[in-house]
Amino acid sequence: MNSAAFVLISILTLGAALAAATLRKLMHAALCFALTFGGLAMFFLLLGAEFVGLALVFIYVGAVAVLIVFTILLTRRDAVKERRVHWAGAVIAVVAFGTLAWSILRTESVSVVAHRMPSLTVGRIGEALMTGYVWPLQCTGLLLTAALIGALVLVMEEKQ
Amino acid sequence: MTPTLQSFLIISAALFSIGLLAALSRRHAIFILIGIELMLAAANLNFIAFWRFRPQQESPVGVLIALFSIAIAAGEAAVGLALVIAVYRHYRTTNVDQLDQLKG
Amino acid sequence: MSRSIIDHLWLVPAAPFVVSLVILSLANSLRKSAAALAVAGQLAALGMSAVAFLPTLRGDGFRATHNFAWFAFGEQTLRLGFMLDPLGAAMLLMICVVGLCIFVFSVGYMAKDKNFVRFFAYLSFFSGAMLGLVIANSLLLLFIFWELVGLASYLLIGFWIERPGAAEAAKKAFITTRIGDMGFFLGLLWLYDRSGTLLFYDGGRGCLEPAGLAMLGGSATLIALLIFFGAAGKSGQFPLHVWLPDAMEGPTPVSALIHAATMVAAGVFLVARVYPLFSLGALNGVTPSLTVVVWVGVTTALMAALIAIAQTDIKRVLAYSTVSQLGLMMVSLGVGGVAAGIMHLLAHGFFKALLFLGAGSVIHGCHGEQDIRKMGGLRRSMPATFATYAVGMMALSGVPLFFSGGWTKEEMLHVAANWPRSRAPYYLIAIGVILTALYMTRQVIYVFLGSRRAAAEHAHESPPVMTVPLVALAFCSVFFGVVLTPAWPWLHGYLTGESVRFDPARLIQPMFFISLSLVAAGIGLGAWMYRKAGAQDGDRAAEIDPLEYAQPALFRFLANRMWIDELYGRTIVAFAWASARMSDWLDRRFWDGLPRGLGAVGRLLSIFATGVDERGINAGVDETTVGARGLGRLLSLAQAGRIRVYLGVLALGAVALLLLYAWLA
Repeated sequence: MNSAAFVLISILTLGAALAAATLRKLMHAALCFALTFGGLAMFFLLLGAEFVGLALVFIYVGAVAVLIVFTILLTRRDAVKERRVHWAGAVIAVVAFGTLAWSILRTESVSVVAHRMPSLTVGRIGEALMTGYVWPLQCTGLLLTAALIGALVLVMEEKQ
Repeated sequence: MTPTLQSFLIISAALFSIGLLAALSRRHAIFILIGIELMLAAANLNFIAFWRFRPQQESPVGVLIALFSIAIAAGEAAVGLALVIAVYRHYRTTNVDQLDQLKG
Repeated sequence: MSRSIIDHLWLVPAAPFVVSLVILSLANSLRKSAAALAVAGQLAALGMSAVAFLPTLRGDGFRATHNFAWFAFGEQTLRLGFMLDPLGAAMLLMICVVGLCIFVFSVGYMAKDKNFVRFFAYLSFFSGAMLGLVIANSLLLLFIFWELVGLASYLLIGFWIERPGAAEAAKKAFITTRIGDMGFFLGLLWLYDRSGTLLFYDGGRGCLEPAGLAMLGGSATLIALLIFFGAAGKSGQFPLHVWLPDAMEGPTPVSALIHAATMVAAGVFLVARVYPLFSLGALNGVTPSLTVVVWVGVTTALMAALIAIAQTDIKRVLAYSTVSQLGLMMVSLGVGGVAAGIMHLLAHGFFKALLFLGAGSVIHGCHGEQDIRKMGGLRRSMPATFATYAVGMMALSGVPLFFSGGWTKEEMLHVAANWPRSRAPYYLIAIGVILTALYMTRQVIYVFLGSRRAAAEHAHESPPVMTVPLVALAFCSVFFGVVLTPAWPWLHGYLTGESVRFDPARLIQPMFFISLSLVAAGIGLGAWMYRKAGAQDGDRAAEIDPLEYAQPALFRFLANRMWIDELYGRTIVAFAWASARMSDWLDRRFWDGLPRGLGAVGRLLSIFATGVDERGINAGVDETTVGARGLGRLLSLAQAGRIRVYLGVLALGAVALLLLYAWLA
């Protein structure tokens, strides 16, 4: 694993995330959001989960970010002006991060180095999905169907 | 310096905190959704990291979990956005501070 | 035979009682039935009395008793009883005969009265009570009948209820006799306490028998005096005589029956009945209680006779005469002449009733006039009344030989003269005899002799229903003397149980001449003093009485009844009024104030409670609700409705949990 790549990717991802969280203009934030997921996908590639990384790109950048952009465009009647940063939320976020970081650094068992392993093939994932994890697969499918129908119902125009 | 598991975990913790920040400190409803998505992504990163750094074992469990998580997150984002649109249609605003009809 | 008589003796008073109740239930219009029933009841009583009389003729102290238990309290039983002895039987006969004559007379006298029926009911009631009184064997039973008789007297004196004077007189009679009865009752209680029984004769255990008397010891005198107090009230002795003259407010038949012949005689009868109590421990026939009886009797006799001389109401003269005669009877009893006193009582019953009925006839004939100064010359217009009245007057005055009253007066003078203690009563009684003849002569002259005056102008003789009883009573007044003469003292022997024999020589004795001279003196004096009273014409109402002419101050003193009524009015009555006023004040201010004060306290408490309730409790509840509302408002802040707040809280909670896990690990 290349440490330089790690550092670069982490900077990218975290920077984009921060931008997505704090930018005033909504469109810019949405685009940074997409960038964040790009960075995340690179992380996954670095970690050897190529399929998941590419899937992340497809789904998040390709679908969710676009969805968000569409929604922004649809709900744009008046400009939402942000006055100043809500510092209560920042405090909570910092506290949360601090706690997590502290607990992570304190734990001995997680300071391991990656070992070599053969890359995971798509065939193997597919095989696992269809045999051992067929139930979660079907349930997820059902859930997605329900979500689809629900979203449609929510957005449907009321009968006049 | 080789990235250890710890470093990945810290990254994911940071991502999570940023997502939390986004969810708590923005007034726009979509921003809250963005924050939630970020938090979910951080959790996914955690899973993959733990899968990669585990002792010798050939099992795609972490990957699969992350896969399912992504799928569900997408579905949830869709429904959430549909909600935002529906609310916008009714109240003509996406400012969550103005959506306080349930105030006691 | 005598057993069954004594066992059924209670029927004698029961008959008039039952008749009285029946008459009370009759309507006012059924006059004939009422009168018939009353007379029938009296006749029945007379018949039964006659039957009861027969066994007592046996002599030698006949006495039969019938005792029964009335009720028991605890271990003691209260027993009552009836007795039959010569005294009682003689009284029964006298009451029945006199009562019958008066009942018949009343039919005529009260013919125009609208309360005719009620009158006969009361008369029968009285008759029953009086009959019961004389046959009672228990002091308590006697007292019960005593009170009943008093009640009848009250009802009859106040018979004309619309007259305030009658109501006042009835009240006065009742209250005065009540005072006497108080003494009677106290004596009764004391006697019961000491001797344990109230029966007179109870086979040796009675309170008048030696065994019972022995238990009394020294208290016998006081008990006797207390009982005498009651007798004095009923018989109008001084100082309780004031009610008797006022009782003349009642109808004349009432005056005749109750206040001449029978009820007032009850007092004398009582003394005779409980004589063993009075004479206990007598030294030569003298005891302290008997001495008191004598002096009270003497005082009464003399006082009443003096007052009678100056009275102008025909009935008042007779009333005071009754008081005087009763005093005489008491004297006789006191000096030991029980038989003499009782004989006079019986004779007096007949001729006093006769005199009163005669007065009633006169009043009836003069259309209601009662003032003797307005009468006169009735000799010619009311011959039957005059003749019978004259008989009665002579009997009362004590004219001897032909009239019963003469024999009894002689007998009484005789026993008074032989009193070992003192001869003063004898002399005083002698004066009384003179006075009696004097005032009776005066009355006869004023009423019957001389020429007619204002009221007598249109006088007419009374109807036969009224004159026949007069004749009957006159007959009794004369022929009763047959059994009273010393020649053949049958009645004396009957009463005392001694044997008698006919001895004409006994007629002529010193006392005969003494009494004859006294009576002659009295009548002669009266005739001389009032000789002019009947002679002149014209309106004599304004004419001055000769005595008044001679001694105006004395006359006024006597005419106003020696101011005794006024004295009582100033002292006792005034005291009673003052006590009543004070009680009223006390009741209204003090005793009434206490509940009112409590009421005020109650009101105060309620004000306090209201205050506590309103200020304290209500305010507390109000404050609590306000606080609850405030708390609610406070708590509802948590429901901000804002998503960011919810999220913030959620995140905070999650972070806290994280920290907890981190710390625990």
